[in-house]
Amino acid sequence: MKLIENVSRHVSRRGFLQGALASGVFVLSVRFVPEPLWAAEGDAAAVPFEPSLWMSIASDDTVTIVAHRSEMGCGSRTALPLVVADELDADWSKVKIEQAIGDPKYGDQDTDGSHSVRGSFDLMRRVGATGRVMLISAAAAQWGVSPKDCTTEPHFVVHRASGRKLGYGEVATAAAKLPVPKQEDVPLKARSEWRYIGKESNSLFDLPEIVTGKAIFGMDATMPGMVYASVEHPPVLGQKIKSYDDKAALKVPGVQKTLTIDVFKPPHMFQPLGGVAVIADNTYAAFKGRNSLKVEWDVNSSPHSVYNSAPFRKTLEATSRRPCKVVRNVGDVDAAFAKGGKIIEAEYYTPHLAHASMEPPVAVAEYRDGKVLAWAPTQNPQAVQETIAGVLGIKKEDVTCHVTLLGGGFGRKSKPDQVAEAAVLSKQLGKPVKVVWSREDDIHFDYFHSVASMYMKAAVGSDGKPTAWLQRTVYPPIGSTFNASATYADDEMGLGWNNLPFDIPNHRAENGPADYHVRIGWLRSVANIYHAFAISSFADELAKAANKDSAQYLIDLIGPPRIVALDLKGDEAEDAKKYPLDTARLRRVVEMVAENSGWGKQAMGKGHGMGIAAHRSFLTYVATVVEVEVDGRGQVHIPNVWTAVDAGTVVSPDNIRNQFEGAAVFGTSLALFSEITATNGVIDQSNFHNYQITRMNRAPRHVDVQIVKSEAPPAGVGEPGLPPFAPALYNAVFAATGKRVRELPLSKTKLV
Amino acid sequence: MIRFKVNGKEKTFNGDPDMPLLWYLRDVAQLTGTKFGCGMALCGACTVHQNGAAIRSCSTSMKEIGGTEITTIEGIAPMHPVQEAWMEIRVPQCGYCQTGQIMQAIALLKENKNPSDQDIDTAMAGNLCRCGTYQRIRAAIHQAAKQQSAKEMA
Repeated sequence: MKLIENVSRHVSRRGFLQGALASGVFVLSVRFVPEPLWAAEGDAAAVPFEPSLWMSIASDDTVTIVAHRSEMGCGSRTALPLVVADELDADWSKVKIEQAIGDPKYGDQDTDGSHSVRGSFDLMRRVGATGRVMLISAAAAQWGVSPKDCTTEPHFVVHRASGRKLGYGEVATAAAKLPVPKQEDVPLKARSEWRYIGKESNSLFDLPEIVTGKAIFGMDATMPGMVYASVEHPPVLGQKIKSYDDKAALKVPGVQKTLTIDVFKPPHMFQPLGGVAVIADNTYAAFKGRNSLKVEWDVNSSPHSVYNSAPFRKTLEATSRRPCKVVRNVGDVDAAFAKGGKIIEAEYYTPHLAHASMEPPVAVAEYRDGKVLAWAPTQNPQAVQETIAGVLGIKKEDVTCHVTLLGGGFGRKSKPDQVAEAAVLSKQLGKPVKVVWSREDDIHFDYFHSVASMYMKAAVGSDGKPTAWLQRTVYPPIGSTFNASATYADDEMGLGWNNLPFDIPNHRAENGPADYHVRIGWLRSVANIYHAFAISSFADELAKAANKDSAQYLIDLIGPPRIVALDLKGDEAEDAKKYPLDTARLRRVVEMVAENSGWGKQAMGKGHGMGIAAHRSFLTYVATVVEVEVDGRGQVHIPNVWTAVDAGTVVSPDNIRNQFEGAAVFGTSLALFSEITATNGVIDQSNFHNYQITRMNRAPRHVDVQIVKSEAPPAGVGEPGLPPFAPALYNAVFAATGKRVRELPLSKTKLV
Repeated sequence: MIRFKVNGKEKTFNGDPDMPLLWYLRDVAQLTGTKFGCGMALCGACTVHQNGAAIRSCSTSMKEIGGTEITTIEGIAPMHPVQEAWMEIRVPQCGYCQTGQIMQAIALLKENKNPSDQDIDTAMAGNLCRCGTYQRIRAAIHQAAKQQSAKEMA
């Protein structure tokens, strides 16, 4: 099935690199023979260089820059155009951003993996700089001077000697007739010349529209003549409809009719779940009609009704106690364990999580004459094209996907099953359909963050340092979403498991198999959440067992400055060339955060403590200290969080602080409150009363974020703040109470 | 027939009296600045003002608004000091919950011109932000309170 081949490439969270060249809109350029440049670097850089795809300049001075990545709150839609504008030397107030539709010509558009800026930074610089060279050339020709004697200031070309100026809009038409210069003839600005990159003044492009309610999210998208749909999905993954009664539903004012959607054929990928759709004049009527539906499900039609979280946990734990598949081996842990000495073991458990973006899944789509037009809050418009094409049996080129702002995404909105539902229903109805998921739909039918069990074992020498460290992790893998027989993790190993940065002579990392019973997906920082929880909790356990200071012990574990040797493949190996795992950078963020938090300098009373953790993910080095106060009722309060971040070169520092402040809140949710469980294959939670996320009164009171000044290549920002948070908090709880808790969330454990 | 005002304009409604105000605003009146988040008054994304007080429009039916005055984010004349503070502090990430947060904050500052951190926590605890912008929301409310009182002094 073509859909499988195409969409399953999302497992690598990249792909779609075979960009077909389309004619551009860049008024600066004529069409030219593309150069297949930078093919090894991935992302947008891997498609042929064609500046006309990315920007245009109108004679009224308006610079339009295309944002090919989605905006879900991380700032990508602003950051990449800022980079273009900087190298173009444009006046930001004259820049408009045009959101790209899904099209392989932009390279990979999947806004996930914290790689928007790192994947497109160099290309965006080159796009802007190319435009600047062409504007200078056009102005110089008009003046009859050498381009070498000209420079720019925002939105003007300037002749240095005479001081003459021409506005970008004035020379745009002439510049458009010039050939696009070769890369070697396009100088980039020196860092000292950057006007926008790295500046505190940068703010989100859409900020004014957001605060006035004018911003258009997926929930706000409309099409003329559209109807509204709410879908009753199978309560257990893969169940089929046995029968249904819609008499009461059809009596609800505003309800037009009901339709069925076929259940997916495994693997489920991003296909619709199936079910009964209620079509209505407005969202409320669709919801109300749906509540009146009576659907009987064929309970024998799915193997997943066996799923019960408590026994499943026992299965995961049993697997984690047995030898599993080796994913990294250094030295010989078995020989070291055989020598005896002090052996420390621990087991950690983390539950499923739901993304619970504030905007539930929603989309509007119209099928007409064999083509589909969709508007959706999607992290990946190309996956919308692929999925709808596969489900409806049309060409992906015949699916046009416009991208709205996303009311949060966190990985959920890389999966466009609800957009496919809208397209399927529209084909049946012959008019545009808006599918709106309720919060209950969102929580019941998520692509869940995986439940995981970790087993850790260390042999400790007389100095308290480990001589051997074994780590084993077991969970239903993301791969099961694309291959129903997948039981072992794949790319998740690179997410904090096959790259332990500690200086330990004998080390082995393993991964065990697990079956899936719900759709498994990626959630902000993905497997790093449970991997960092186990590793950073265990490091703290070893520190305490050795009676050492936790921060100093962590620094000793990281060891001397070096590039850690890793045996990596594919994307990870490519990343490692440009972004080697550098322990000096990890150590520096630990030292910074210890210094900034006053680590070890403050006397802590009963119920009061600090914890520390460090983790590198998405190529960014992060260390976090969490301070907790545990009150007489056992409730945890978080007066302070300190984080130090080395993300290499940064575009918008204030946005990065916002991302890391937010990661502390998101981290508080999963550390203290959130858990998804299943009973007989049905998810137990439904809305924010039983799937709790952090409210203001339980959030960290103060989050301090320090950014390392760095000229290293840009790394990830949206996700890396999350992994060290929960272990730092749990380590603080241990410091405050002497209780070592080894499972998320903390609300399941009585501290008093 | 239900008569009421939205953002100062007279309105009438003949439809299902059980329809939540949220869906009237969004689907009928096309005022989409008010957001759907949970449908159970648990998240605050749908916050609007009824006669100046913050309410959850997802859990307020049309039959409950007869004779009252509803104000949505579109009815807040830009730029209210709260919106200005939101811009200056650069509060939003994705922005979806922020109109509800802003409507809640405006209602708070109407009742309490100089709220403490504790007052803000109490008033804002019903408004969820999954991106986690609470620290900035708190700072922006303090700043808006200062700006508002400075304006009143002047």
